[in-house]
Amino acid sequence: MSLTSDDVKRVAKLARLGLTQAETNETLTQLNSILGLVDQMQQTNTDGVAPLAHPLELTQTLRADQVTETNHREKYQSVAPQAEAGLYLVPRVVE
Amino acid sequence: MSQITDLTLAQLKQALDDGDLSSVEITTAFLDRIDSLNPELNAFITITHEDARKAAADADAARAKGKASAFAGLPIAHKDLFCTDGTRTTCGSKMLADFVAPYDAHVVSRCQQAGLISLGKLNMDEFAMGSSNENSFFGAVRNPWDPSRVPGGSSGGSAAAVAARMTPLATATDTGGSIRQPAALTGTSGLKPTYGRVSRFGMIAFASSLDQGGLIAHTAEDIALGLGLIAGHDPRDSTSADQAVPDYTATLSDSLKGKVIGLPTQFFDERLDPAMRQSMNDVLDVFRSLGATTVEVSLDHIAEAIPAYYVIAPAEASSNLSRFDGVRFGYRAEHPKDLTDLYERSRGEGFGSEVKRRILIGTYALSEGYYDAYYKKAQQIRRLIKQDFERALNQCDLLFGPTTPSTAFVIGEKTADPIAMYLEDIYTVATNMAGLPGGSFQAPLIDGLPSGYQLTGPAFGEGAILNAAHQIQTATDWHTLRPESL
Repeated sequence: MSLTSDDVKRVAKLARLGLTQAETNETLTQLNSILGLVDQMQQTNTDGVAPLAHPLELTQTLRADQVTETNHREKYQSVAPQAEAGLYLVPRVVE
Repeated sequence: MSQITDLTLAQLKQALDDGDLSSVEITTAFLDRIDSLNPELNAFITITHEDARKAAADADAARAKGKASAFAGLPIAHKDLFCTDGTRTTCGSKMLADFVAPYDAHVVSRCQQAGLISLGKLNMDEFAMGSSNENSFFGAVRNPWDPSRVPGGSSGGSAAAVAARMTPLATATDTGGSIRQPAALTGTSGLKPTYGRVSRFGMIAFASSLDQGGLIAHTAEDIALGLGLIAGHDPRDSTSADQAVPDYTATLSDSLKGKVIGLPTQFFDERLDPAMRQSMNDVLDVFRSLGATTVEVSLDHIAEAIPAYYVIAPAEASSNLSRFDGVRFGYRAEHPKDLTDLYERSRGEGFGSEVKRRILIGTYALSEGYYDAYYKKAQQIRRLIKQDFERALNQCDLLFGPTTPSTAFVIGEKTADPIAMYLEDIYTVATNMAGLPGGSFQAPLIDGLPSGYQLTGPAFGEGAILNAAHQIQTATDWHTLRPESL
């Protein structure tokens, strides 16, 4: 399976990743060689093998339904590029 | 006494306990060495002189009153993906170049509670993606054994700093080999614990089902001391194992008589470099002289580990790194014309090229219509790999092999070819896929450069790995060799 320049642009759009034209061209070659490596997987027979999502296969532990966190909004927002009155500021979305 | 910076963590602790050295003397010696070597090696991104000096004076005062904690006043440095409250955490990226975390990582808090003093934050491949430390926004790290060569990665700063005696102990992380490979290339000891042994809270995530924090030091003994501090359950990481932490130092001196070392045939086939084979045989001779026996085992699906890893790790990364959107923290592009432009340019300008490649691969693998061919297939192979390890470890106590295919390569040699770089981790990624503990320790030099051997154990078998490595280090002096120029 080989990607085209349009595929790279489509995936970059899905990932919200801005690429210059030069980056798109360079990335295309590299992504295709990586996918060539990845495609070696297809030689392995995995019929009937259950996918392994997690090495320990533990069940999630539950904790008591109690409030343990305190409010850190001010501290957490202090590292935001732009925040005001407890809100994160972004370009206008709704006219 | 030899120079302060030559001492291991255990030796420094003894000197503090005996009153032969003060924490101020120790901290000053390491800070001075960092100041003199870092301009060339670039192992540290941030050096915390003032905080360290103050903490050292406090530790000495506490010791004088008999109120010091066990490790009070001993130095450590953290890989720059462990969040540190009040000191910037960059993850080697432009995206986080000015980011000051609002909290400490669990590992950082545990070290602090034990009294360890942080000397600063260590360089790394951007978001831990790389095997050479050339992918850092803050510049490549140089190998203390030969500054024209890479120290390995992604924990290249951690490994170079320990090798150059800029710190006796460093935290590090390993997703596909990022502790073991740099340890091998710099002549240091490195341990990736079992998945879940060390809390990932406050570790900036790359691939969450593979990432694990660990340590790099000069000796297995020092790692045993450090692991006792950072291992254990943390309710803030739901994947951290609720399992008691043994005293890893208590079993270091156990005899290896009767222990069985498994040699995966796939690690020793005709592709293994002859010099590396000789180095491995030298280590195996010592194992045998200590009473261990060897047995051939097979890891049938090892060849598929790299292909499957380059689906799973990028897939998880593409999801994890979606949080860097220019809104809540990190880099934001200037003058965005709308929200999409803000997302796309902040990420496009903030991430380096390897990170972008992996986000694109992961996004593609997870996109509509490709799930079965890529992600599901990779997870099926992951189970086959785990089963291989279970079968092999039923026949032996520990698995043994080279950590890397060769010694440290020259800076720039593999940057144009991502596949060549990915194959650096050919012996290490499978361990992460299976979630098992793995350590790399010093083997003989090859043409004046370090080589490393790798030990892989059963889940939560860190004690057995450290015991075996300590026994080798007691019988040999490979771990004491150091770059001539330093």
